[in-house]
Amino acid sequence: MNTPAHVLMKEFIPYLEKPSAKWYAWVAILVIIALFGMYALIRQMIDGQIITGMRDNAVWGIYTANFVFFMGLSYAGALISCSFQLLRIKWAKPVLRIAELITVSSLIVGAPYILFCLGRLDRIHFLFTHGRIQSPITWDVIAISTDLVFCIAFLYFTHIRDFAKLRDASDFNVAPWRKKMYSILALGYKGTPVQKKYLHQAHDIMAAIIIPTAVIAYSLLSLLFSMSLKPGWHSTIFSPYFVVTAGYSGLALLIVVMWIYRKNRKLEKHITNLHFNYFAFGLIILTFIYAYFSFSEYLTQWYNQTKTFETLLNNLVNFSQFGWLSLFHIVFAFIVPVIILGFPWFRSINSVTLVSAFIVLALWVKRYLIVVPPLENPFIPIQDVRPEYVNYSVSWVEWALSISGIAVMILIFTVASKIAPIIPVSEVADMHNEEKPKLLFKTKGE
Amino acid sequence: MEKKADKGNRRKFLKNTLALGTAALATGAGTALANNDDKKNTEKIKVLTTEGKIIEIEKPLDECKINPCTPAQGKEARIGIPGRSFVMVIDLARCKNARKCIEGCQKGHNLKPDQEWLNVVLMKDHPDQEPYWFPRQCFHCDNPPCVKVCPVGATFKRQDNIVLVDNDRCIGCKFCVVACPYSARIFNWDEPLESEVAREDFSPETSVPAQVGTVSKCDFCPDRSREGKLPYCATSCPMGAIYFGDKNEDAVSNGTETERFSELIKERAGYRYLEELGTKPNVYYLPPVNRMFDYKSGLKDLPEEKQKVYDNIRNGKKSN
Repeated sequence: MNTPAHVLMKEFIPYLEKPSAKWYAWVAILVIIALFGMYALIRQMIDGQIITGMRDNAVWGIYTANFVFFMGLSYAGALISCSFQLLRIKWAKPVLRIAELITVSSLIVGAPYILFCLGRLDRIHFLFTHGRIQSPITWDVIAISTDLVFCIAFLYFTHIRDFAKLRDASDFNVAPWRKKMYSILALGYKGTPVQKKYLHQAHDIMAAIIIPTAVIAYSLLSLLFSMSLKPGWHSTIFSPYFVVTAGYSGLALLIVVMWIYRKNRKLEKHITNLHFNYFAFGLIILTFIYAYFSFSEYLTQWYNQTKTFETLLNNLVNFSQFGWLSLFHIVFAFIVPVIILGFPWFRSINSVTLVSAFIVLALWVKRYLIVVPPLENPFIPIQDVRPEYVNYSVSWVEWALSISGIAVMILIFTVASKIAPIIPVSEVADMHNEEKPKLLFKTKGE
Repeated sequence: MEKKADKGNRRKFLKNTLALGTAALATGAGTALANNDDKKNTEKIKVLTTEGKIIEIEKPLDECKINPCTPAQGKEARIGIPGRSFVMVIDLARCKNARKCIEGCQKGHNLKPDQEWLNVVLMKDHPDQEPYWFPRQCFHCDNPPCVKVCPVGATFKRQDNIVLVDNDRCIGCKFCVVACPYSARIFNWDEPLESEVAREDFSPETSVPAQVGTVSKCDFCPDRSREGKLPYCATSCPMGAIYFGDKNEDAVSNGTETERFSELIKERAGYRYLEELGTKPNVYYLPPVNRMFDYKSGLKDLPEEKQKVYDNIRNGKKSN
């Protein structure tokens, strides 16, 4: 057979065959980092949270910031990929699998961070046996697990046709167990018109469900903060603000991962300047929307400020407190993107990627600035002689778990791109078919 | 009613009678809550019945003012002591940062010296105000933000106003700690002190023994109330600044003086801290007027590093 899809698949088959020693070495490094994080977690469970930097007042730290951050990254696939599916946008097809992998891997990595905050991980089942629906934590548990299941299902659906092709590929040199695995995962897909129709419908349905699920999940996550009376958290716009921030960081990470695969796998033919160009345009729009939300949030509270908010704001701009972090955030989340993306003479694939990488970093800092400073500024002044009770500082345990989270995310990518092509081959091959786009729902006419 | 009542019911009746008698007999309110150590006392006391008659009854044993006198466990601990509505009144004019309340509380609840359920902070509401000492513990709010957010129902509000923590249930998510606007809750970051009380004898009413990885806080000492005693902080305050009592009885006591709650609040302009948050606290403050001490006397015995933490307040700025 010599359909465009088969020709395209041939291009990727070398990447899927027996892994090289280099690949194993890379996986080994990632596993070692992940195991180090595991060790830190075990130490934390044995010694108690005294070995973290968290204390009364700042009882949440970078675990919570990471939780919010990784959940936000999941918007790359959840929103971009699903809305492109529904809007029948074809040009982005080659990068959609990367977006969906970001979604699933960041959800898998991010969700456990809220558990690392728990003082009694051994009682985790109480969330189900004694769960209270009134608590925002219960909302999060329900919403995020639902989101994760949906996103995994969507990712799987987009893989089925490629699995079928890999099952049928004749010159695909892999171990028999892997052939068998593809045959099972392909669910007997043969490309009959009925199968095609159902699979397409399944895509549409999942995409239509995931978009609201992701919006709800992240809005509920913001309520962990805004339901509290704390100045800096008690805000009505937190839900949309969080959703916009999530989309912003998700798109920025997508650009970075696109660039890495493009360089690493020599995918210049598939991931083109057009993708960077269009996404850069999306990024600058999101920069302005994000700036708009940030401005609304802080301006209203600053214009006529309560006493506690005044202290909080002073700490945010005080260079002995959070001033440097605030400056980093403002420079790399607002100013640099506007300058680099806004003027044509700075724009290039590399500069867009670099800006995106800094946006991702700046938005992690933003999450830190959302979580920690309000905790250090309660209504009743902290008058403590123990410095660690006054100001939060991150301990090695928390850093270890954070870095191992990134390692696990990269590991998921490394393994996933060994199982199936990083480009959704069957979908991309369809791009060149001049097939009439399918209707979303039935309407009268024709 | 007295005829068909068995011994237990009779006790209950007497207790109620005592409660009603507080208005008529000044001694009544005192004996209902204040601490007495004469256990084998069988003397008679006079009380006023609901019909308005004065009758002579056997004085009840002090250790069992409220049945049952042992701290409640499990589901029982979630209900609360029937008919009670516990409140605390803190007279800011009397507080001089002696910090004896903190020590008493820590001793009573087997806490480490740096675990403060009760803390005394220096406050200054506006630049021209003379700073004042402000004892702060759990306010046992009627609309508690902490109880709302608990994902497993480990912290709960009882019908006697008290908010307690069941540390057998707590998963240590600390959501209640961030939800509390009064910083009243603390977390057991490492192993708590060894306790004589066995693990299975834990009662949310005593909060002992504590467990690592769980949240704890001021419990208003309901186990002491059952014995007819005041909370540890109230009994250990040398100035008598902390009054504790029952809103239903309209009586609060600091151990030596017993006052009518409503009159105290009315005459001394009692207020609740951060009323505007809508949490409806059950701890009331009497403003620091006609003070008995200069606030500086509370600084004298403190080590230098501790004195420094008050610098921001004393210089007129809010500390962070």
